[in-house]
Order: sequence, then structure tokens, then C-alpha cells
Amino acid sequence: MTNLNKLSMDQVRNSLKKGEFSAVELAKSYIQAMEKNRDLNAFITETSEIALKQAEESDKRIKAGNAGLMEGMPIAIKDLFCTKGVRTTASSKILENFIPEYESTVTSNLFSQGAVMLGKVACDEFAMGSTTLTSFFGTVKSPWKDQKGEYTVPGGSSGGSSTAVSGFMAIGATGTDTGGSIRQPASFTGLVGAKPTYGRCSRWGTIAFASSLDQAGPMTRTVRDSAIMLEAMAGYDQKDSTSANRDVPCFENAIGKSVKGMRIGIPKEYRVDGLNEEISKEWDRIAQILKDAGAELVDISLATTKYAGPVYYIIAPAEASANLSRYDGVRFGFRADGPFDNLDDMYLKTRSQGFGDEVQRRILMGTYVLSSGFYDAYFTKAQKVRRLIAEDFKQAFEKVDAILTPSSPSSAYTIGKEPKDPLEMYLSDIFTIPASMAGLPAMNVPTNLDSNGLPLGMQLISKHFDENTMFSLASVIEEAVDFQLNPNGLKE
Amino acid sequence: MTKSTSSYIIKGEKHDWEVVCGLEVHCQIKSESKLFSNAPANFGSAPNSNVEFLDAGMPGMLPVINEECVRQAVRTALSLNAQVNNVSEFSRKNYFYADLSLGYQISQADKPIMGPGVVVLDMPDGTTRNIGLERMHMEIDAGKSMHDQHPDSSFIDFNRAGVGLMEIVSDPDIRTPEEAGAFLRKLRAIVRYVGSCDGNMDEGSMRCDANVSVRPVGSTELRTRCEIKNVNSVRYVMQAIEIEALRHVELYEAGRGDEIIQSSRLFDPNKGETRSMRSKENAHDYRYFPEPDLLPLVVSDELIAELKAKLPELPDAKKERFIQEFKLSPYDSAVLIDDRNTAEYYEIVAKIADPKLSANWITTNLFALLKEENKTIANSPISASNLGKLIKLITDDVISGKIAKQVFEIMATDDKDPEKIVEEKGLKQITDTSAIEKIIDELIESSPENVQAFKEGKTKVVGWFVGQVMKQTQGKANPGVVNKILKDKLS
Repeated sequence: MTNLNKLSMDQVRNSLKKGEFSAVELAKSYIQAMEKNRDLNAFITETSEIALKQAEESDKRIKAGNAGLMEGMPIAIKDLFCTKGVRTTASSKILENFIPEYESTVTSNLFSQGAVMLGKVACDEFAMGSTTLTSFFGTVKSPWKDQKGEYTVPGGSSGGSSTAVSGFMAIGATGTDTGGSIRQPASFTGLVGAKPTYGRCSRWGTIAFASSLDQAGPMTRTVRDSAIMLEAMAGYDQKDSTSANRDVPCFENAIGKSVKGMRIGIPKEYRVDGLNEEISKEWDRIAQILKDAGAELVDISLATTKYAGPVYYIIAPAEASANLSRYDGVRFGFRADGPFDNLDDMYLKTRSQGFGDEVQRRILMGTYVLSSGFYDAYFTKAQKVRRLIAEDFKQAFEKVDAILTPSSPSSAYTIGKEPKDPLEMYLSDIFTIPASMAGLPAMNVPTNLDSNGLPLGMQLISKHFDENTMFSLASVIEEAVDFQLNPNGLKE
Repeated sequence: MTKSTSSYIIKGEKHDWEVVCGLEVHCQIKSESKLFSNAPANFGSAPNSNVEFLDAGMPGMLPVINEECVRQAVRTALSLNAQVNNVSEFSRKNYFYADLSLGYQISQADKPIMGPGVVVLDMPDGTTRNIGLERMHMEIDAGKSMHDQHPDSSFIDFNRAGVGLMEIVSDPDIRTPEEAGAFLRKLRAIVRYVGSCDGNMDEGSMRCDANVSVRPVGSTELRTRCEIKNVNSVRYVMQAIEIEALRHVELYEAGRGDEIIQSSRLFDPNKGETRSMRSKENAHDYRYFPEPDLLPLVVSDELIAELKAKLPELPDAKKERFIQEFKLSPYDSAVLIDDRNTAEYYEIVAKIADPKLSANWITTNLFALLKEENKTIANSPISASNLGKLIKLITDDVISGKIAKQVFEIMATDDKDPEKIVEEKGLKQITDTSAIEKIIDELIESSPENVQAFKEGKTKVVGWFVGQVMKQTQGKANPGVVNKILKDKLS
């Protein structure tokens, strides 16, 4: 691996400007890394030709002095973002050969800021999962091996993104986060992963999982990179009715700002029974770092925390059950081989063969909780509890400016040793789900390695549209912990 | 079993039965583009040419409300004397069908845009009757499946997919097929007045489902209803209600009331029966839930006030004004206001000529001409001002009614000033008594037998004399003058 791939976005930005290397050279270096690490299986579709072409354009713009925020930055795109003319699969067989005729708003924003697309990376099928093991395109290995030398999962659902960025195959990657799908894989692989406020990034052109929760965000190696990339991705979009009509601030300005006097909430409900001792201690250590930087620690209570998981696994599948109805084999995507007895037979065969087990499980759960007779007991009640969760946060934010929690109750699972019981697996999202339910911005900051040699991360949650507070705190933590992203499973 | 004609009672062996009916009317919203996409909402384009990615249910596509459709819905609600809800919500109605591209219909469930309202029916005897409205909600239309294009494939046209609909739901206040017909006609008149829907049932821009049940006269219960789906003309709706009500009565009378189950049925006008739709299609659990891609729809009081101020004069107000201003009968007035263009045409005519005679000419001669030439009043071959002039020529005694009809025929092919036609063709009425007297004297002299007959009391022969005079004057003799002279001379 060349040193170019180790550079952060701001370093690349300066070097490109000074002409120390070209965007094409940078792209080639990343393409090389991508090709060399194909065994990790992060990419579903490599787009080297597009990357080189975009890089050439970047070089022209840099020369002309018209560089965008992401000029020349080679990035990976989660295969949930529709890319015009480039296969977009959602890691599902049902979209195995789907080529969109349109470009998602988020990728379009990135490209108009000069980003260079290396390819489309895997995720859990339709973003449903926490390991990226449900991808139709095979297991994605994290570049991090455990102490026995076995590969771990890159987290999920944005596991192709986390593998690509932590494996230096991309300088950054887009992720989407519904219940933790940016933050948890970032935590598993030692990355910065930010989920902005719901409505900050347009959902137009991003394949929907749960519409009221889905939110795009950046996965990067540094906090500053995260701020740079989010600024390029975000912005009001009238094609998304839930997009926020607000100006996007310069997130990068928040980096390195003093956090003196900031009040940091430590919610007691996150210290769940049986919380891993190492993670518990790491939480205390990071809290102390913020205190040392002049912030004030405040014990707070988020009483509804324990309901967030169950409520999430009602609302998200309910919305998904409808969002995935369009994959019926009628107009595009996979259709089972006929002949069919009738239309229902075609649906049944197409959807049974086209969707994997986890997706089918969630469609069934969602259909069940919306069924007459069960609707009030599940869906209506879940909606009520969701409002209570949001209310809890609102009250907490009257006392504090941000909240600090662990991002995940564990470090990455060794492949093959992940929980096999879906319910147990669902528990891996318990720390990330509450902020999603309330639409709050939240991010993972890598802080340490555990005794197994695997990354640990902490989560910062801030107020609606106050990503800057989160970024300031994250940059303070980043500087203090001096985390080294040095995964042991990469080919040299 | 017989049916009383006066109040529509179905007489059975055991009971007298009355019909209980409510209608659900789907009105396609008139707008440039669809309810949630920018694709054109017009008809008649090549299949699948008015389709945006959203309408085709492509991944990642999102709905954005078309504000013009909202305005149309608010206008409609205001014209139905209904409450407009400041906040309404869209929901997803989930079901699978090949022409439902999203796998759900975006509709409104618990919180529709319009609350209770009322439609005033104009009955043929001149009376009115109020039919309550429960609600109106907005939703998207589905595409169209075509099963007759290919031996073993079905084709789908998504042009209609996503077009905005207003579903107007009446209370079960309708008691006769005639009332159902009057309801649909009135509703159609209203949406056409406000321009929110074309109201063409044959083109499908207005479609009707009828919920029908029966009950013994005097009872206030609501028995099991059946829903007759998608009936596409006013006449068929009336027939379907009648046939379905009779089916219910027969079953109840035969002690087989339990065979009436709440279900969807299709009306077959050829066989004159309703048939149960496949039970699978009835077994839907639509799993409505709030549409997460859309925010609640907020309609401000300011917008409501603005739209209300700009509403045109509505059918009921116009009808009342015509009765007052032109002294028309309630029925004639109702007929003339039924279509906004007709009403406008009438007003022009009635300002030139006698209002009552104008009403008669329009509802008889002009309507017949339009029907014959398959034209609407908007492209009438005879302009309103020329028709007004023509009618005025009659009341001014320039021409007779009979000659007027001749002139009318000429105007139908050449819409000229009727005075000019009368002039050119020399059709002016002969009011000169001496000229008429001369003809009559000659007749009396040449046919004494008819004079004799008259004197013997066979007064019918007067008609023969009038006919002869008219023949000799090519119909230009003033009939009043002819009659008067005849009476004087014969007696």
C-alpha cells in the first residue's frame, strides 16, 4: 500500500492543491488497494473506469481553481444509493441486475463536490442486519482479525463501507443508518461514523428500509473527514418531503473548538446488566477525557431506553414491509422462472427466491404488527412509545448539550461466532437505536482496542441539527485518544 | 313482489322494504400533473408515456404533494358545504396487484382532508332533498391492467398510476335509485363548476361504488350491505341499486338473509345482475399506516379563505337566482344550471329574449340539435346571442314560432344573425290584415262546403282554413291575426 491511501481528506485537499500528486494518481492508488483486497469482498461492483474519468475531471477543476469540498476524494458508495447507469443491488438477489436511470441526491451532491466513485460496496440485504452477513453477494470480511487470527465481521448494515474505509480501499464511504447501521460498523472497524439529524440528508434515490428512520451519513477515518464529507452530502431537497429546509453549516468549523463548559449527559440506563467490563471502563475513560477538556459530566436518566429496541423492531419492519412491496417481479429486478399458476404464484415465487431469510423475517414481522387485530397492540403502541423516547431526549437536552454512551455492547464478532438467534443479534443495536427513534444526530468515535485487539468506539448524541456540538466533542476525544487505525488483516 | 312508484317501497310478502344506499364516488382531480409526481395527468397518451420513476415504483423514489391538487380538493370541499380539515394525513393502503406499482396506495385514512358536508338533490317534481357526506379523502389511482392484448401475457399501462383522486363518501341517506342518480348528477355538476374534475363517467374520470342494503319500512336499523364496485354510468348505478335491493329483499323474504354477506360485487348490465367478486379480492387486510414519506398536510385558514373567495357561483345558488331573476320553475332552473356552460349560455339568451321562452327553446330545440350533432353547448353551432335574437323575433311578432324553427334549422348550418336570414329569405310575418283578409275571402268563396260544415258546428274546419292561409303565405301569416279574421268572417 502506498502512503497516499493513509492520508486524511484535509491532507489530500492540500496536496492536490499544491500539485504534490494528482487526483488520477490518488485514484489509481486506491484502485490498486481495492483490487488487492478483493478477498475481503467489500465491493459488489467496482467502477475503476468511472473513478479515473472523474479523477481526470477533478484534476482539471483543481487546476482551474474550482475544487469542490470532496475534490478528487476516492470514495465507496453503499449499494443502497442509486447510481445512474451503475448497478445498484441493495445487496439483494432481487435487485441483482438493477441499473437505475437516476442518481440519488446524496451521491449527486458528492459528485458535484468532486468526489470520485471507486465502486459500490456491500451491506446487509436492504440494510437489514448488523454484520453484513445477509448480503446476497457473500460474506464481507473486516480487515480486523481477532487475536486468533480469524477475520471478524465489519458490522452492519454498512459493512462494505466500513471494510473499504478501514482497509484503506477508500478515503471515505457513504453509509445509511436506520437503527445504527453507520455507527455500529464504524465502532467495529475503528472508524468515525456519523448519522446526522433525520432530514439533514435527502433520502431521494436511496433504497428505503424504514423511511421514518433512514438517514445517510459519512464513514471516514477522522472526525474532520467526517465533517467535510457530511457537508458535501447534506442539504435540503424538495424531492424528499421529509428533508429539512435548513442551511447546512460548515461542520469543519466545529473541529478543534473548545468544549469547555459543555454539559455531557451520562445516561444511567445505558449501563445495562452484563455490560462488558472493558466497554464500561472505556466509557468512564472517555468521559474523563471530556471532563479534563473542561466539559461538565451530568448524570441523566433516559427511562424509556429499554423500550427503544422492541419499538424499533415493530416500526422499522412495519415500514419495511410496505417499502419492499414494490419488489414484485413485475416491472424491474429479479423474477422467478415461470410459468406461474397466477399472479399470486408469481409474487410468491419471486419474493421467496429473491429475498433472503432476514428480509423475509422482517417483512413478515412488519406485516404481522400492521395486521388488523394486532395493529393497536403493536404498531399504535410502538408509535406512542416512540414519542415518549423523543420526549425523554428532549427533557435530557434541557440539562445537557450532548450525551456520551458506548456505541455497541461488544466489539466485532469473529465470523462464524456471531449470535445465531435473531433476537440476540437484534440486541447489538440497543445503544444506537434510541437516537434513531428520536431522529437525533449521533456518531461513533473510535477510542481504543479491546483485549481481543479489536476496536471499541463511543457514541456522541447531540440536539436536532446541532451536529457541530457532536463534531467538536468528537475531535477533542480523537485528539486525546490518538487511536491508531492499523488493522491486522490487510495484505501489504 | 311489487314496487310502489311514488316513494320506492319494495312490497314483499312479509314486509314493505326500503332501500338504504350510500355512494362512494371517485373523482379524478383535474390538474396538470399527478398527485405526487410531475408526470402529466392527462388522458389519451400512448401507454406508459406519462410515467415518472415514482409512478413506476422504482427504488428510492419519494412522493411530493402537488399543491394544485390540494387546492382542487379544498375548492371541492368548500363547494360541498363541507368542513375542510386544517391538518390531514396520508396513509399507505397495502395490497398487491400488478398495476399497483408501489405495492400500496397512498391514501388518507383516519384524517381525511374533508369532513362532513351535504349535497342538495333537485328532484324532478321540483322538491329538494339533502344527502349527507361523511368525508372526502385524496388518494392515488392505480395503473391499468390489460388482459386482452396478448394470448398469454397481461400488459400494464401506468399512465393513470399516481393520478390524484378525490373519494367522496356519502352517508347512507339515499332511498331510491332516482336519488342516487340525482346525487351523481349534482355532484358532477358541482365538480365541473369548480373545475376540480371532468366528471366524465364514461371516461372513468368519475367512478362510483354503491353500498346497498334494505330494511323493513319504519325500521331504523342498518342491515348488512353489499358494495357494488366501479359502476360507470348514472343509469347503471340506478339499475344496479334496484337489482341489488331486489336481491336482498328476495333473500330476506325467503328466510335466507344470512346469505347476504358484506362483500364486493360487480354489476353486469347485460345480464341485469350483480355477482360476487372472487372472495380472495374481498379478503384484504389493507394494513393502513401513516405514510412515512410525507409530512401531515396542512391547509391554512388563509388558503381556505382565499379559495373560498374565488369560488364561482355554485349550482344551488345559481338555481335559486334563476328562479328569482327569470321566474323559472325549480325544475327548469335545475335543468339549466346542471352544466355551467348551459347556464352561461342561457343567461346570454335570457338577457335578449323572454326568459321563459328562452328556457323552453334551449331545453327542447337546442338540446335536441346538440344531441343530434353530438356536440356540447360549449361548441354549439348556434351562438347564444343569435338564439336570443331569434326568440325575440317571435315575441316581437316578426315571425311565427313555426317560421322560427325554420330559421333555427338554417342557423344550425350557418350561424348568422336571424334577422338577416328572415330578411334574405323573405320570411317576415304578414301582419297586414287586408292581405290576409283577401286570401280568406277567396277561400270562403271557393269552398262553401267547409263554411257550411263550420256553421253546423264542426269547428275543426278552422284548422283547414288556417292551413290553407299558411300554405298560401308560406307560413308567414301571423297565426293570431288569421284566427281572428277567420272567426269574424265565418260566424
